[in-house]
Order: sequence, then C-alpha cells, then structure tokens
Amino acid sequence: MIPSAFTFYKPDNIDKAVSLMADFGDEARVIAGGHSLIPVMKQRLTDIKHLIDLSGINEIKGIEITDNQISIGAMTTQVELINNEELFKIAPIIREASLQIADPQVRNLGTIGGNVANGDPANDMPGLMQLLDATYKLSGSNGVRDVKAREFYEGAYFTVREDDEILISISFEAPSGGYAYEKQKRKIGDYATAAAGVILKVENNMCSSASIALTNLSDTPVYCNKAVDIILGKEIDNNILTQVIEACVEQSDPVADQRGPVEFKRYVAGIVIKKALTRAIERT
Amino acid sequence: MDDVKTPSREERKSALSGLGTSRKRVEDARFTQGKGNYVDDIKLKGMLFGDFVRSPVAHARVKNVDTSAALALPGVHAVLTAADLEPLGLHWMPTLAGDKQMVLADGKVLFQGQEVAFVVGDDRYAVADGVSLVEVEYEELPVVTDPFKAELKDAPILREDIADQKEGAHGARRHPNHIFTWEAGEKEETNKVLEEAEVVADEMVYYHRTHPCPLETCGCVASMDKVNGKLTVWGTFQAPHAVRTVASLISSIPEHNIRIISPDIGGGFGNKVGVYPGYVCSIVASIVTGVPIKWVEDRMDNLMATAFARDYWMHGKISATKEGKITGLWCHTTADHGAFDACADPTKFPAGFMNICTGSYDIPVAYLAVDGVYTNKAPGGVAYRCSFRVTEASYFIERMIEVLAQKLGMDSAELRSKNFIKKEQFPYTSALGWEYDSGDYHQAWEKAMTSVNYKQLREDQAKQLQLFKDGKSRKLMGIGLSHFTEIVGAGPVKNCDILGLGMFDACEIRIHPTGSAIARLGTISQGQGHATTFAQILASEIGIPASDITLEEGDTDTAPYGLGTYGSRSTPVAGAATAMAGRKIRAKAQMIAAYLLEVHDDDLEWDVDRFSVKGAPEKFKTMKEIAFASYNQAIPGVEPGLEAVSYYDPPNMTYPNGAYVVVMEIDVDTGVSDIKQVYALDDCGTRINPMIIEGQVHGGLTEALAISMGQEIAYDEQGNVMTGTLMDFFIPTAWETPNYETDYTETPSPHHPIGAKGVGESPNVGGVSAFSNAVHDAFKPFGLTQAHMPHDHWRVWKIAKDLGLHS
Ligand SMILES: Cc1cc2nc3c(=O)[nH]c(=O)nc-3n(C[C@H](O)[C@H](O)[C@H](O)COP(=O)(O)OP(=O)(O)OC[C@H]3O[C@@H](n4cnc5c(N)ncnc54)[C@H](O)[C@@H]3O)c2cc1C
Repeated sequence: MIPSAFTFYKPDNIDKAVSLMADFGDEARVIAGGHSLIPVMKQRLTDIKHLIDLSGINEIKGIEITDNQISIGAMTTQVELINNEELFKIAPIIREASLQIADPQVRNLGTIGGNVANGDPANDMPGLMQLLDATYKLSGSNGVRDVKAREFYEGAYFTVREDDEILISISFEAPSGGYAYEKQKRKIGDYATAAAGVILKVENNMCSSASIALTNLSDTPVYCNKAVDIILGKEIDNNILTQVIEACVEQSDPVADQRGPVEFKRYVAGIVIKKALTRAIERT
Repeated sequence: MDDVKTPSREERKSALSGLGTSRKRVEDARFTQGKGNYVDDIKLKGMLFGDFVRSPVAHARVKNVDTSAALALPGVHAVLTAADLEPLGLHWMPTLAGDKQMVLADGKVLFQGQEVAFVVGDDRYAVADGVSLVEVEYEELPVVTDPFKAELKDAPILREDIADQKEGAHGARRHPNHIFTWEAGEKEETNKVLEEAEVVADEMVYYHRTHPCPLETCGCVASMDKVNGKLTVWGTFQAPHAVRTVASLISSIPEHNIRIISPDIGGGFGNKVGVYPGYVCSIVASIVTGVPIKWVEDRMDNLMATAFARDYWMHGKISATKEGKITGLWCHTTADHGAFDACADPTKFPAGFMNICTGSYDIPVAYLAVDGVYTNKAPGGVAYRCSFRVTEASYFIERMIEVLAQKLGMDSAELRSKNFIKKEQFPYTSALGWEYDSGDYHQAWEKAMTSVNYKQLREDQAKQLQLFKDGKSRKLMGIGLSHFTEIVGAGPVKNCDILGLGMFDACEIRIHPTGSAIARLGTISQGQGHATTFAQILASEIGIPASDITLEEGDTDTAPYGLGTYGSRSTPVAGAATAMAGRKIRAKAQMIAAYLLEVHDDDLEWDVDRFSVKGAPEKFKTMKEIAFASYNQAIPGVEPGLEAVSYYDPPNMTYPNGAYVVVMEIDVDTGVSDIKQVYALDDCGTRINPMIIEGQVHGGLTEALAISMGQEIAYDEQGNVMTGTLMDFFIPTAWETPNYETDYTETPSPHHPIGAKGVGESPNVGGVSAFSNAVHDAFKPFGLTQAHMPHDHWRVWKIAKDLGLHS
C-alpha cells in the first residue's frame, strides 16, 4: 500500500497548474482531496510521475450565488457544500446528496471538483450534476471552455476532459420544485448499490418540469431523458409513475459486484427511483 | 480520638476493588491518549523493513523468480526466495495443526496472496518498489474453490508434496485433497434412532468464510544480536511462549536464546495465534543482514493471506418425537481449510470443539463426522472470537432447532425449553463426550423471554405479517432466538495440547516490601483488559488493592510459561492460576502473621485484607504489615520474601452459556434489515468486572452482527479474493451498530477456584445465531427453511424473490 515515487508540485494559481499539466502530459495528475486518487495510487493501479496539488489555488475555492445562478469552485470540499446555509436555502438537494457521500472524514477533504472530474460512476456528485443540468468550466492550454455535465461522461473513468485540462468550477441554476436524492448502500462509507435523484415541479396538477438521474447504475451517471419525456406535461398518477420508473430502469445498465448481481441492482434501482419520486412529489 | 474511624469490613472490601467491582480499565489511560505501544511503534537502530511479493493467482507453478532488478534498486538489501530458505530447512514450516506450510513459494502457489519472495530494504518505500520489480513467471493451473469438488476423481491435485501420503496428522486420507476425517459419537445408534424417529429435520447449514480482521494487522520486529546470539522478536502474538518454543524447534536456536515479546496488541480474535511466513522471513532476514527487520501487513495482506475463520458446510439431521422431545442428532461437516491445514486447534481436535454441537440440549445420542479438504484459498480456520469451532457448532444446532421447530409446527422457544439440559442434570455428560460443569438454562431462558416480552413480540409479528399480506406494508418482522453453550478454557493437559505443549497456564506473584505487588501471567491481553481484571482477582485473594498490583504479560523472558490468550482461556485457566498463586501467598502470609501475633496458624482467620485472631478481631496483621515483615524479620522456618507461582492445569473446561434475542424488520424489496432490539443474557459464572463484561458483550455482538449480516471473505471461481478491503469486508461503524440490552444470571463453575467461566467470546458465539435466526424467522411464514449467511441486502432480497414475494 505504498505508491510509486512521484514529484510533488503545489502551484498557487491555475495558470501555473495548467502549464505543469501541459508540460508533463499524461504523466501528470492533479490531486484535490485525494480520497479517490490516493487509494488507487497506493494500490499502484495507476502510475503517476507528477502530482500537482490544487489545494494552494484559492481562485477555485468557494461558493458564489448571484440571483439564481450558483457557481462552485472545484476545490470546494463536500463539508463546505453541506455547511453553506445560502446554498442550502437555494438548492437544498446539494446538502441532502452530500450528506450521503462516504463519512465525515472523507467529506472533510473530498472536493466537488474531484468527485465530478474523477469519472467514477459510483460517485454521487456526477449524478447530481445530471439532475441539475450543470455546466463544468475547464481550463487548459487552449484556454477555458464550458462543457455540460450531461455531455462530460464517456465511460467509467473516461470523460471529455483533455489531459492538460483542469476543472475550475461548476455552475447551475437554482432548481425549483420538489427534490429528493435517494441512495441505498450497505453501510456508512459505502458507494451506492443504487441511487437516484429527482427534481420536479407540479403546476395546475401537471408536471411542468422534471429531471431524473441515476448513480452507479451504469458506467456513467445516467440522465433519464426518456422518463422525463414521459412525465412532462402529464398529470401525476400511479400509472405515469410506473411508466417513469420503468423508463429509468430501462436506461440503467449496472454491473455485478459485491453489492449484488445485476438483477438485484435493477430491482433496487426501481425502488430508489420510486422513493425519490414520491419524496420529491411530497415536497412540491 | 473519636474522629479516627476504623473502616468497616465493607469499606475495607470496597477499597480493594476486587471481584464484582466495575473497576475502570487501567489500560485505557494510555490507549485513549494514543500512548499505546504496538509493534509498529517499535523502532530500533539500523532497522530495515521487509515485505512480500505475493501471488496474484490462486494456483500456478512458479517457473522462475527473477530478483535481479529488485536487487539492483538502491535501498534494497536482500530478496529471499524459497531457494534461499531451503538450505536452512525453513522454506516450509510446521503448522499448529500437524500439517506443513510453505514459507515462500516452493515451485508452486496455492492461493491468491501467497508469499513468493521477501524483499528487505531501507524503508517501506524502497521495499514496495523492490516488490514491484521482482519478476515471477507463473504457469496457471486449474483452480479448486468449491470444497465439494476438491475430492472429485479428476480434481487437480493441490498439495503435490503429500499427494501420495495416505496417512495425515489425523488419520487416513482418502484423496490427495483430503486432509482428515474426524468422528465423534455413535454412528450406528444415531442412524437407527433417525430411521425410527417420528420426525426428522434434514438441512445443510453453511457458516461462510470470514476473517477476524483485527484493526491492527499482524506484524513483527525480529532482531538477532550476533554478539550474544540472542534473538528477540516483538510481534502481534496471542501465544508468545508457544511462538518461542516453535521458533526454537524450527530454527535450532536454543530456547533460552529466544525472547518473544508481545507488546500492546490491537485486537487478535484468533488471527494472531498462528505462525506466519512473515515472522520466519523477518527472523531469517535479521540473521542474514545482522540488523533488526520489521514486517507489518497492510489491510489487504491481512484479509487475503493471514488466517480466515469458519467455512464449514454442516449437513445435519435432527430427530424428535411428535411432542418435540429430541431423540438424536447427526452431523456431517465438510471443512474448507484452504491450501494448508493451519487451524489453531488443540492437537487432538482437528475440528476443534465442533463436538459441542449438541448445544444446550439433552440429546440422548449423536454422531459427528468432519472431513477437512484442501482448496485454493488462504489457510487458517482459526477460532474468530470463539473456542475452536464453537461458533460453528452453536450456529449449527441453533439452526437445526429452528428447522425442527418448523417441521413440528412448534414454537422454537418452547422446543428449546422442552429439551434444555435441566439444572439438576449437571455435571452433565453429553452424547459427544463432554462434561458440562454447570448451568441453569431454564432460569436464563425464562428471564430472557420475560424481559423481551416474547408473547407480545409474537403478537406484533403476526400483526406486521397481516399488514404485509394485505399489501399495506412491504416489511416483515423477524424474531431471532438463540441459546448457546460454549466450551472454553482449554484446557486439561490430559486431552488439550498444542504441538505437545499442555494447555495449562501460569501466574507468578511477587509482593513488594511496602505491600504492593507485581503479577506476571502466561497470557496476553489484546483488548480484554487483563491488567484490570486479574488484579481484581488478586485483590480479593490477597487483600491488596487492585490499584497496587501491576500486571505484566507478553515477555517470555519474564513471564511464566503459558499458552496464551484465545478460546476464552485466560480467565478459566490463567485466572485460576492467579487465584491459586494468591492462595499460596496467603498461606505463607498466615504463617508470618501467626509468628507476629504469637499465636498458632490455626488461630487465625482471613478477613478481607488481614489475618485476625479468631474471636479477637482487634488483634490482626494486615497484608501490608505482613509483606513488610516478610522482608525484615527473621522468622524461624520461614524463608524471607513473599512470592508464589502457580501452574494451573484445569480439571475441566468451563461452559459459559446465554440466551439472546434479536428483533428485526426486513424490507423485502431492498433486502435492508433494520435491527430493532438486541437482548443478550450471559451466564459466565462469577462476574469479575461487570463493566468489562458489558464491554466484551457489546464488542462481540457487533462482530456477530457483522458476520451474520454482511462480513465475508468471498472468492470468485478463479480463486480471486473479492473482499480484500474494508469497502467490501463489512466492519460495522457506530452507525450500523444497534443498541444492546445486556442481562445476566450467575451460575459459578464448580471446579474453577473463583467460579468464573469466561465471557469474551460468548456474544460472538450466541449472537450470530440470534441475528441469523431473526432473518430466517421473518420469512418462515412463507416456507423458508435455510438461507446461508451473510444476510446482506442482495441475499435477503433473493430470499424474498425466491419465495415469490416480489410479484
Ligand atoms: C471510504 C470512502 C468512501 C467514499 N464514498 C463515497 C460516496 O459514497 N460517494 C461519493 O460520491 N464519493 C465517495 N468517496 C469518494 C470521495 O467523495 C472523493 O473525495 C471524491 O470522489 C474525489 O474527490 P477528491 O477531492 O478527493 O479528489 P481526488 O481523489 O484528489 O481526485 C480524484 C480524481 O479527480 C481528478 N481531479 C481532482 N480534481 C480535479 C480538477 N479540479 N480537475 C480535473 N481533475 C481533477 C484527480 O486527478 C483524480 O483523478 C469515497 C471515498 C472513500 C475513501
């Protein structure tokens, strides 16, 4: 459980970090909270020659809220997301989901940037960002660009981020309507057996807006566009809900692991989606 | 001087903090301040580190081990392979079970994680780099992970070294992958009873493979002093003296030149009883390099390679009359031992005390056979917080009782009650040959049933079932019952030894001139709180306050010989030795007091902390005064000083027992179980320290919860370990741990000097059955008879699915 040797850098601004990344190409890796990266380094599952610590870069830390627009620096820790009252007021689902990540020790160090950039389908934040239709700001040697969270993930640990790009912030519009993030796990500190988030608004008895996303039920987070299409503009009844759940489960593609076989995970997916829908509707 | 009050007898007694006191643990001051001294805290001058190259595959021929790249790395000092150990005869080592085990891969690997080469270097970093540079060429062989396939005709032969050996350490072997058959009881008679029985329940009960997983992993620091020829090894040893003797026998270093020290140990649970390749390699490396070598496992090494527990497939048949009187019990167990038989059982018991499987019941006739087999899994089979397979035995009988109750259509609480050994039957000889010392099972059971309001629980359960059937709830309620009888305190030298070392234990006491004392024992605490409780035993025996008694264990140069701490043997054996040594002190003290008081020995009586003259209590000598006198008076016929030693060979085992109840609610759709109530009544005989008992019970119940509800060492078909980290190997946190209600009855052991029986392991033994029975009980109305542990979410979900509860 000892990583192979690496050189450590701690730049104090994003340009320096980007230029280090450009210099070393795929031999370099940024480290944020280290709670996904260090375990794989210790198991020598990845060979990193140059480690660039982002914790000295203040410009990518903190939460900014202007009107309805929320922007979160990549180096904001999960505990900061939980403790920020302004954020809770305007987007309570962030706290609800963050509290279901790992345990307090992990959340004290783990960052939102590391969580979404990692590309691990088991991470909760990527699913949440599907739900919120967030935008990721990436900075690389070719400048800064925006990528939609819904277009960011390509496969397990594969994203559209270029090797020399660093995620600097995540922004989204404050959601409105009822919300819920439901996660089944084996114990505290475990990734999801299945998790689902729902944000949904009901006006004049009709579902006027909706978003549904899944965590750890495919090799990427799943935005359930088909289910959303089914529910939008409809009056919500059991029949619609059943169709919505079916459409979500249809879009899932889990793999077997120690949490259980595929058949079980798909079944539980249906249950957590149902719970999330029910709670979100209750909160409208 | 009216204001000086002579303390009353009761006050003097309570000043001792002796037996029955909830004395605070003296160990905790250092542990809670981070001041413990564990193996990894030991840092010696010039010390190097060692670590293993481990096999990534479960079964392969090792064609070549190329160490050149590793040796070329700066900071790497040596790389040991089997070829280096062979000239010393140390490439293999004996196991505690009479088998032998490779220290480093000798032409072959037999399980994933097996030790292949040992790299020694400046620090852990250099060693880790060295390990990654050792190139091993493997030629993979077919893998056997299923013990039932191990003995097929065309099964790959795992142990080529003994392929032709028809006799093993425990009798005949019928297949190259077969280790032993061990039998107890009456085969013919049992079969006859089963054939003629009115009711027979027949079930396969699997107690899955798991692991003790102490938070501190195994490790050692070996230091060979070439000047004086003395080898010192600090290590996580649950049995330091046995390690010394074994080390001497296999290394030919004279025993007086070996010093084994167990410093603070961060949990053992049986994982630290055996001898591991890491110890041997560290010792050899220290001899080769002339400097101390440290080896400490990481978590994955620990889970993958050092001793696992359980893995017993227990096929049972239990017969009864229509009225529910049990008439016979039959059990055939297939025991998966992994690649080497490295169980840590008393030598004459290759399946440990599995023959306690008649449990708490008066069963007239029984038969047990256990077949041990080799598979491509890690060796071990240790007693994980239990006394040599007692957990397996107890789980087996407590499941069989449930299955029988189901078949009889009888409440299982009533079935138990009907068949308990009665109070007046003790000492009771079981059908499989044990003599149970004492117990009052009916009293305990009734107390438990009343405390949990069993009748009400069953009514609540029926209501919940109705809600479920009416489609108003997706939850079921389960009530898990368990009554266990352990057999602990191994044990009488006449039938208990490990590699020929009798399983007695010892205590040596020295009273200082000012009336305080030091006591040394052959055991070693790993969290049990010996320094606290053994001082209490002594306080009551010799009248010196527990706080004035230092307790030392774990250094073979200073402690008397003993077989160590596991199998709940410390209190029954070393605790007894402590009391007996205390009594020797008291006997001498009486002679000294008689001399000082100028009376005859027989004119004195013991009174809490002093000897006083019979009928004249104002004439007395306190133990403190006597101690001083023993150092400064020339007493005719009495040697100076006040010391004693006792080597205690217990006349019998002790039989702690208890009644546990677990109530849980199970969601049939998610498989999630919510534990509503855990009630644990323990009868451990005389209670030395109620607070420590409660702590032990909480800890053991939490392990039982883990084992039954999720903890396992799982392998895939290629023999890969699927649960190599704490992400997948379940250790409950405070969050998963329910509230525990503890209770007790107190039936002293008649043969133990203070009547104590041992309690540290009871909650693991009794708890697993209670949790597992609760899961089974929830699904009983739908016809479930047996579902194997662990009852994690998906397996519980699968029960519901297979019973058609998801449609
Ligand atoms: C025991 C345990 C349990 C856990 N349980 C959960 C859980 O239930 N749910 C959950 O969501 N997570 C869980 N995690 C993961 C945890 O939330 C991590 O903290 C998180 O996934 C990664 O964040 P980090 O800041 O630690 O990133 P790091 O580990 O430092 O980095 C992760 C990866 O992202 C890259 N990276 C980091 N920051 C950036 C950036 N700004 N730009 C580009 N790339 C970047 C790194 O190079 C690395 O490849 C758990 C972790 C542990 C140890």
